[in-house]
Amino acid sequence: MKNLIKSLRLTLAFCIVLSGLYIGILWLFGQVFSPGDGNAETVTLNGKVVGAANVGQQFTRDIYFWSRPSAADYRADASAGSNMGPTNPTHLNTVEARIDTLLARHPYLRRADIPAEMVTASASGLDPHITPRCAAIQIKRVADARGISEEAVRKIVEEQTEQPLWGLFGTAKVNVLKLNVTLDQSTRHE
Amino acid sequence: MNTEILGVVAQIVLLVALSFPLGRYIAKVYRGEKVCTDFLRPVERFIFRFSGIRPEEEMDWKQFLKALLTVNLFWFVWGFVLLLAQGYLPLNPDGNAGQSVHQAFNTCISFMVNCNEQHYSGETHVTYFTLLFVVMLFQFVTAATGMAALAGVMKALSHKTTQTIGNFWRYLVLSVTRILLPLSLALGFLLIVQGTPMGFDGKMEITTLEGGIQQVSQGPAAAVVPIKQLGTNGGGYYGTNASHPLENPTYLTNMAECWAILIIPMAMALAFGYHTRHKKLGYSIYGVMLTAFLIGAAVNVAGETGGNPRIDELGIAQDNGAMEGKEVRLGAAATGFWSVVTTVTSNGSVNGMHDSMMPMSGFVEMLNMQINTWFGGVGVGWLNYFTFLIITVFISGLMVGRTPEFLGHKVEAREMKIASIVALLHPLLILGGTALAAWLYIHAPQFVTSEGGWLNNGGFHGLSEMFYEFTSVAANNGSGFEGLGDNTWFWNISCGIVLIFGRFLPIIGQVAIAGLLAKKRFIPESSGTLRPDTVTFAVMTFAVIFIIAALAFFPAHALSTIAEHFSC
Repeated sequence: MKNLIKSLRLTLAFCIVLSGLYIGILWLFGQVFSPGDGNAETVTLNGKVVGAANVGQQFTRDIYFWSRPSAADYRADASAGSNMGPTNPTHLNTVEARIDTLLARHPYLRRADIPAEMVTASASGLDPHITPRCAAIQIKRVADARGISEEAVRKIVEEQTEQPLWGLFGTAKVNVLKLNVTLDQSTRHE
Repeated sequence: MNTEILGVVAQIVLLVALSFPLGRYIAKVYRGEKVCTDFLRPVERFIFRFSGIRPEEEMDWKQFLKALLTVNLFWFVWGFVLLLAQGYLPLNPDGNAGQSVHQAFNTCISFMVNCNEQHYSGETHVTYFTLLFVVMLFQFVTAATGMAALAGVMKALSHKTTQTIGNFWRYLVLSVTRILLPLSLALGFLLIVQGTPMGFDGKMEITTLEGGIQQVSQGPAAAVVPIKQLGTNGGGYYGTNASHPLENPTYLTNMAECWAILIIPMAMALAFGYHTRHKKLGYSIYGVMLTAFLIGAAVNVAGETGGNPRIDELGIAQDNGAMEGKEVRLGAAATGFWSVVTTVTSNGSVNGMHDSMMPMSGFVEMLNMQINTWFGGVGVGWLNYFTFLIITVFISGLMVGRTPEFLGHKVEAREMKIASIVALLHPLLILGGTALAAWLYIHAPQFVTSEGGWLNNGGFHGLSEMFYEFTSVAANNGSGFEGLGDNTWFWNISCGIVLIFGRFLPIIGQVAIAGLLAKKRFIPESSGTLRPDTVTFAVMTFAVIFIIAALAFFPAHALSTIAEHFSC
């Protein structure tokens, strides 16, 4: 019984220390140093918020670069992966169907040009990035749809490509939302 | 060398390099020596005074365990009630409801035993209130419980002969204030700067570029993520854990979060050596663990970057590895590496979906949890190794015809019995549970259908999903082949029970062995002593672990992961 009372008092003491000290310090720090003032960082176009910088979106129109397939339909309040096993026939059929769709919308591509990450679902269903190669295969479609030169689009993709951390660690990637926003901004100016 | 592999190498270097100073620091904290964080003493004094604890009071091993079990029982009631009632409590801007009874049972136990297996989804099934006062609180205190148990064992083994093994409450509090809290703050700062949310607003509604509506879940993520990594808890803030781009926004945060999983377990292995003044033994244990860990890491990194042969057959380019269930900013190598880090420890957070990984990666992940002692959970991982040390001492003693002894204390029938029970409990829970689930799946199809059908994949992989689940809960890991529909009566209850056995029986047994050994008359070392800090003994321990802990699982693997590998 003595232990039980100690347990209750100790738990309350921890609640005070953790919510007061720990949460308090982090919250204050967030108010000052967080890129989104404690909330998710946003991306704006013409002064209007069009998305969270780190949360992927679905793109289906020809004038935009597309994100990776998502098992969560890009719902940012219910992240999910497909959890399909590597040999699951349903999974392989889904991938095959995505390849067909991609080829139909990009008639200039060969199968071997398609990077696997463009037809496989991400872990969170909210992957904000594609690889530079995924962007490269879409350049012609986007350029045609916007009526601008491939060269101009390629230049923007290159600007938006993020190199590995300090040039040494990890992957190169392109944030799809930021890329599309940049496209919208620059096309309007021309 | 490509940048993805270089990133993994950098993580390994950072882990090894920093585990030594941290190990020394942890040993000093528990010994009560002067350290650089002594300015936190007022915080501890406040906690001790508030709770009526006298930290200088010494406990014998029975009092120690009694305190440990009582506080855990209290936490169970605390968590259970709050999770059921969360719909009526404050800090609930998204209007989430209370959990169902079997869900709250499972969630509460899962966090109480430091497992953090989640049959619920972080965005919809907890409120900010329960997040802070159940989830995050438990992530601190249950990690500290494991560390306190190890601290008691270290104290017991560092004396020639002693009745007492220190004060449980003191170890518990110091583990939080001196080890978990400072490291969590540092990691939290990094996450906030890199874009992880740290606020109390509800969902952010956004009109997307194409005009759709997106609800972005946010909240105090940057407070929960650090401790769930550092305390080998693993319970994600978001449903998809560290693969979520707000929970783990950049490659830098990924390196830091992955580092945070393993650093304390690694440092603990060394802290034992420094604390008990058996430095060489500490290094030798660390060496065995590190070797086994690196072998697993090599297999998974190679497997995941190599890609899925079935995808290759479709004739597309798979240069970046098997990317189903992985994120572009993290890459296949970092995800393969994380999958090993999170399973050798009892962490269980993921930065990619294990269900979608290659069969041999799944094999390594499961084997890591089935052995459950290559670094292991904070505190308890080392204690599992201690069980095997005792068994090895006993077997080697019999082989060379000497009385088995460990650090100057005779190992006798009683200790050996406890160690054997603890070692055999793990395969019993896992294989028994899997067998029951598989039996029900075949012989009670109506029941399984009424529970939603359970499996997301058929064939060998379906068996892997069930096998993985029981492995994960018995090891208090918490990762899963998440395709398994596990928020049901059967899985919530059966896993809840396995969780409790898998957590507390080993701790009780291990602390008891240490307490019993410490009370015995000290036998000074002589030329006849079998030294536990030699290479031969390290190899012997490795062999004993492999034979007892790993081989028991091979028949089940042959039908699941290995069979899938050969059908791939």
